[in-house]
Amino acid sequence: MMQAHEGYVTDDGRQIGGTVMELKNITLRFGGVVAIKDISFDIRQGEIRAIIGPNGAGKSSMLNVISGFYNPQEGEVWFKGYRRGPMKPYQVARLGIARTFQNIALFDGMSVLDNIMTGRLNKMKAGFLSQAMWWGAAEREENENREAVEKIIDFLEIQNIRKTPVGRLPYGLKKRVELARALAAEPQLLLLDEPMAGMNVEEKEDMSRFILDVNDEFGTTICLIEHDMGVVMDLSDRVVVMDYGRKIGDGTPDQVRSNQDVIDAYLGVAHD
Amino acid sequence: MIYREAGDFKTSYRDDSQTFPIRLDRWGYYAILAVAFGIIPFVINDYWANAVLVPFLIYAIAALGLNILTGYAGQVSLGTGGFMAVGAYAVYKLMTAFPDVSILIHILLAGGITAAVGVLFGLPSLRIKGFYLAVATLAAQFFLVWLFNKVPWFYNYSASGQITAPERTVLGHAVTGPATSAPAKYLVCLVMAFLLAWLARNLTRGMLGRKWMAIRDMDIAAEIIGVDPLRAKLSAFAVSSFFIGIAGALLFAVYLGAAEVGEAFGINKSFLVLFMIIIGGLGSIFGSFAGAAFMVLMPVLLKNVLVGTLNWPTDLAAHIELMIVGALIVTFLIVEPHGLARLWRLTKEKLRLWPFPH
Repeated sequence: MMQAHEGYVTDDGRQIGGTVMELKNITLRFGGVVAIKDISFDIRQGEIRAIIGPNGAGKSSMLNVISGFYNPQEGEVWFKGYRRGPMKPYQVARLGIARTFQNIALFDGMSVLDNIMTGRLNKMKAGFLSQAMWWGAAEREENENREAVEKIIDFLEIQNIRKTPVGRLPYGLKKRVELARALAAEPQLLLLDEPMAGMNVEEKEDMSRFILDVNDEFGTTICLIEHDMGVVMDLSDRVVVMDYGRKIGDGTPDQVRSNQDVIDAYLGVAHD
Repeated sequence: MIYREAGDFKTSYRDDSQTFPIRLDRWGYYAILAVAFGIIPFVINDYWANAVLVPFLIYAIAALGLNILTGYAGQVSLGTGGFMAVGAYAVYKLMTAFPDVSILIHILLAGGITAAVGVLFGLPSLRIKGFYLAVATLAAQFFLVWLFNKVPWFYNYSASGQITAPERTVLGHAVTGPATSAPAKYLVCLVMAFLLAWLARNLTRGMLGRKWMAIRDMDIAAEIIGVDPLRAKLSAFAVSSFFIGIAGALLFAVYLGAAEVGEAFGINKSFLVLFMIIIGGLGSIFGSFAGAAFMVLMPVLLKNVLVGTLNWPTDLAAHIELMIVGALIVTFLIVEPHGLARLWRLTKEKLRLWPFPH
């Protein structure tokens, strides 16, 4: 399946732009184990791209390659027109890639507000002395960024838990706070690792709505991994299907659904 | 009923992020400052200065420093005594080498030198964590004490191997040396403790503090959202050592007057300050002061009760005192592992509703 490189228009009429991230022939090994084998795909501006596959297919490894946590042995990662060499994770964050984690990785000892404010750390440049005196640039930045964070808090409807320590929150809310922290960085590319894992139907619906709203409001490009097939097919514009570290399908949800390899490997199980 | 935020409306983010958002807290804070600066200096005597207030303030500074490193940034350190020794010897060398420069500048410089040494010994923290880091900092403790014992240059080749603070004045009043008055000692320590606590509060509520806490709570996640672990950890070591260096300088120059490194800055000091922050509360400015107060006041109180009231022999009282303090610490940690700061917070939450049950 090939699409024009300039972008395309989705079924619901959203204009998708050019390539933001391109992965070319990625191979990732851990010792003798090949986690990802020769995979290529791209992520376009403004789209919701999903990576699906059975357990152990290499989805999370793929996401870790994109987020710079793993450096692949072979292949090239291109982001916004530049080839990305091996980088430290915090350098990748500075490029504008934010992510959430499958097992929530919030800072439990800090309040919701502080957690989300931490997401904006690359926007705050006040020097040490200014911070120590709480004067000038530090105070100004703090208040400006607080305003931006409050918008996200409103958007995700978590106003009432602003000052609660994250450790005390229930699971569903923690997931939402983690999304808020990733959004606070105003990322060019947002990676979501199983955003709906372990949620009940209601929470899943809320989360789906937030993901769609984020994409719609801020035009954020999103790449997500998810197990719930119904959710993936409803949310995403294009889907990559992985199995045993290989790519076995790539296209719109409808195309993927009718792909025989995919049905055999993954969807077929559901029909048995 | 009286103590609550209701009715105390905030109309800007600046107001909302202030240190004491509740009005009653703010008043309490100003009242404590007024007493500390306005009344105590005029009524303080030698006993209160030497037994209670001066050691309390000095250890509060050291506890603040260790709390920044361990409580906020999550890096365990057993090198506090060694870093205090660096501060003490730095201020001694500066005082004797440049007698005309103000002692206050020397104390700050001693903090700066300790910060540099702290960064050096903080380098292993980039590779090792937890207990292993504690052992690495323990090496710093023993190495520094050995160094100051072994190299005569540090104690200016004095025959006893001790360092003795010469007399230095601020605005005409002696603040070091045997002629120092109680109010002078107290005021120097109070001003330092006040400024450093303010500094610690500003640093911990801003972005640097959030980076430290992010590293403490989950270092991998912190790195992925953009915290450079090298800079975050080393800045914590630097700031923490700056505080501890100043505490060491004050302990030697203002409080003790003369010191022998193994005795004044041994491993016991490292544990003492660590106990203070654990009892006071990790990751809390208030906890640093509360922990220092507990560890300084408890022995004094027990001594007064055992020797003064019960008329026990002094040596017996000294041993019993150690046992009681130890038992108190254990009991305390079982009852409230998050320290005095947590107890204080719980009390405040109760007070918000009092006298109503809901």
